[in-house]
Amino acid sequence: MPETRRQNPEATDPIIRIRDLVFRRGRKTILEGINMEIMRGSMVAFMGPSGAGKTTILRLISGQLRPDEGTVEVNGQMISELSDRELHDFRRNIGVLLQDGALFTDLTVFENIATPVREHTRLPEPLVRRLVMSKLSAVGLGGIEDKMPHELSGGMARRVAFARAVVMDPALMLYDEPLTGLDPIAVSTIRTLMRETNDALGLTGLVVTHNVTQMEKMVDYCYIIASAKVAGEGTPDELRRSTHPGVDQFMNGKVEGPIAFHYQPPGEPWGLLD
Amino acid sequence: MSAQENKFAFLVEPVRQSGQSLLFLLRMLSSIRINAPQIRSVLQQTYLIGARSLVIIMICGFFVGMVLSLQAINALEQFGASDQVSLLVGKSLFRELGPVLTALLFAGRAGTAITAEIGLMKATNQLEAMELMALDPIKTVALPRFLAGLISVPLLTALFNALAIMGSVVFSIGVMDLDGGVFWSKLQTGIYFYQDFVGGIWKSIVFGGLVSLVAVYFGYTAKPTGAGVGTATTNTVVLSSVLILIFDFIMTSFFV
Repeated sequence: MPETRRQNPEATDPIIRIRDLVFRRGRKTILEGINMEIMRGSMVAFMGPSGAGKTTILRLISGQLRPDEGTVEVNGQMISELSDRELHDFRRNIGVLLQDGALFTDLTVFENIATPVREHTRLPEPLVRRLVMSKLSAVGLGGIEDKMPHELSGGMARRVAFARAVVMDPALMLYDEPLTGLDPIAVSTIRTLMRETNDALGLTGLVVTHNVTQMEKMVDYCYIIASAKVAGEGTPDELRRSTHPGVDQFMNGKVEGPIAFHYQPPGEPWGLLD
Repeated sequence: MSAQENKFAFLVEPVRQSGQSLLFLLRMLSSIRINAPQIRSVLQQTYLIGARSLVIIMICGFFVGMVLSLQAINALEQFGASDQVSLLVGKSLFRELGPVLTALLFAGRAGTAITAEIGLMKATNQLEAMELMALDPIKTVALPRFLAGLISVPLLTALFNALAIMGSVVFSIGVMDLDGGVFWSKLQTGIYFYQDFVGGIWKSIVFGGLVSLVAVYFGYTAKPTGAGVGTATTNTVVLSSVLILIFDFIMTSFFV
């Protein structure tokens, strides 16, 4: 069985193929030599130290950024070659849950979820209402449709954002730090929702997270990104048992290891006596 | 060559910003669609930024009318021409003070609110979320606010003018005891609808477009931090005010 088939043994083809990816900001290389295949229906995490380029990978997959070298292919489409119009159509098929939910603060909960439906379909209003209410009730929040986002707790806002992300039944879900800043009950609720929705609807989920414990409970496969490269990959069990120094340091939160604590400016290293 | 380049280096950023704001304007205008959701969105914004500016515009208009009358009567009395007060107030108000002061007040009241709101939407990733949901933020967020400003400023200017005339009536007739019939007949015969009133309203449409464009552009391009949004809001007031006065002079010189 190829390496990545372990993400989802039932899957027959990858939904995402990344080949020899290089991405730079100015003269700084953010990602280099990245190769990945993500199987349809799987849930895959990107982990690594802050600033390692995890969110950048999500942005390259969603077409917000274009690679300097290499290719990103999603559902058979070369993302870097899409025109603005094609990119617009492509994004109708992805759902996104950002770190703080990013609910539209000037709209009610109902309008937040209904906005993408109204924009992308011509469904009559009663049907839009039924669709929105069914998604709200699926995340356990029926009855709050008239509230404004500032009236919600952090966990509720995140669940509303999740309902909005899945309202168009996307094939691919992108989660950027979906569990950050939530209490333990809300973390479990969101994690369960993500996993169950992924399995029930046959979605593919990509999760950027720092939370090793939650990652182990949630995903099928994980990539650890450090120093612009894939430092390790495998199922959560394999990563936990890994003897690779960088993977071991990250998974167990060790201070000592190849991932540096101090910021290292580009150029020649300097010392206190220089 | 390099010395010459350095001499004009300070022009590069303003020219770049002007070009980008014009492109931004073209992108907004190209996304205009006449459909129910967009009309609803524009009306909602017109209420939020236009209707909610009513009180400040009405109060300021009333007092501007009173102070204009006070100064005009003081000056005209020396020549025994205080019955011309309504003509002086009307001309200066409809042609200059009405459009300019309304636009300046609108920039301070609504322009800053638009910039801060869009800047905060950017800082809290709402604009990014829209892009990722294939919703165009320029069409969804910027355009309705721009059009609402364009609609609101001329209407607010007309209201400002009306309230200023009322202020003038209260002061001139009520306090200074001038003859009401003379006041209204001078106003009626000396003020020309197209030259004075409509000319001022044309100016206010341009000012409304300028203030709204500056406000949405600075909000959209604000750095997504607290300090960035604060700076963008300040820049909106400063640049809007300067542009209003520059364009007022240009339009008065060439068109009115």
